[in-house]
Amino acid sequence: MLKYSYLAVLFFVVVASFWLEIAFKVRVIVRMKRVLLSLLPISTGFLIWDAYAISQGHWFFDPKQVTGINGPFNIPIEEILFFLIIPMAVLMTLEGVTRLKPEWKNPGLKK
Amino acid sequence: MIILFISVVVDLFGFKNSLLTRPAFWASYSIILPFQLITNWWLTSRNIVMYSPDTIVGYRLASAPIEDLLFGFALILNVMGMWEYWGSKGIQKD
Repeated sequence: MLKYSYLAVLFFVVVASFWLEIAFKVRVIVRMKRVLLSLLPISTGFLIWDAYAISQGHWFFDPKQVTGINGPFNIPIEEILFFLIIPMAVLMTLEGVTRLKPEWKNPGLKK
Repeated sequence: MIILFISVVVDLFGFKNSLLTRPAFWASYSIILPFQLITNWWLTSRNIVMYSPDTIVGYRLASAPIEDLLFGFALILNVMGMWEYWGSKGIQKD
C-alpha cells in the first residue's frame, strides 16, 4: 500500500474538489477543450522544470512511496497526474466561487 | 522567484482583465491555499518528495519548503489566467 502514498493525496484532491462539478454545476469537466487549452501550456512548462530539477537532483521521490511508473524524462506518473488534477481542482474552485458570487468576477468590489 | 515575477507581470499586463484585481481570484486562492498546505504537508512530512538542501532556502511552512507557496501561486494564477483568456475568446464560455 505504501507505494500509493503519492497517489493517495491526488485522490484526496479529486474527492475534495470534483463534487463541485455536480453540486455547484461548475461545468469544468464538460468544458474539457477549454480545460486542456488552459492547463496544457502551463503544465508542460512546469513539467519541463520538473524534469530538469529531477535530472539535477534538486528534488527526488522516495521509490517506496511511488508506483514506480515513470513518464518521459523519469518523471513519476504521479507528477504528471498532479499537473492535470491540480489545475482542474483550481478551475473548479474559481468557477464555484463565481457561481456563488457572480459580481466578484469583475475587478474591484462595486456597490 | 523569477517564475512568480513573470506570472504576476503576465497577469497584470498580458491579459486585459487582470485576475489579481478581482475578488474572485483572491477568494478562490484563500480556499485553495489551505488545501495546498495539506497536500504539501503530506508529500513532504512523509518524505514522499525530498529536496536537496542546496536548492532551497531552508525555511519551511507545514513541513514544505517555503518556495512551494510561490510555485503554487504561479501555477494557480497562470492556469486561471489561461482559463479566463480562452473564455474571453469565446471558447466554451458557458
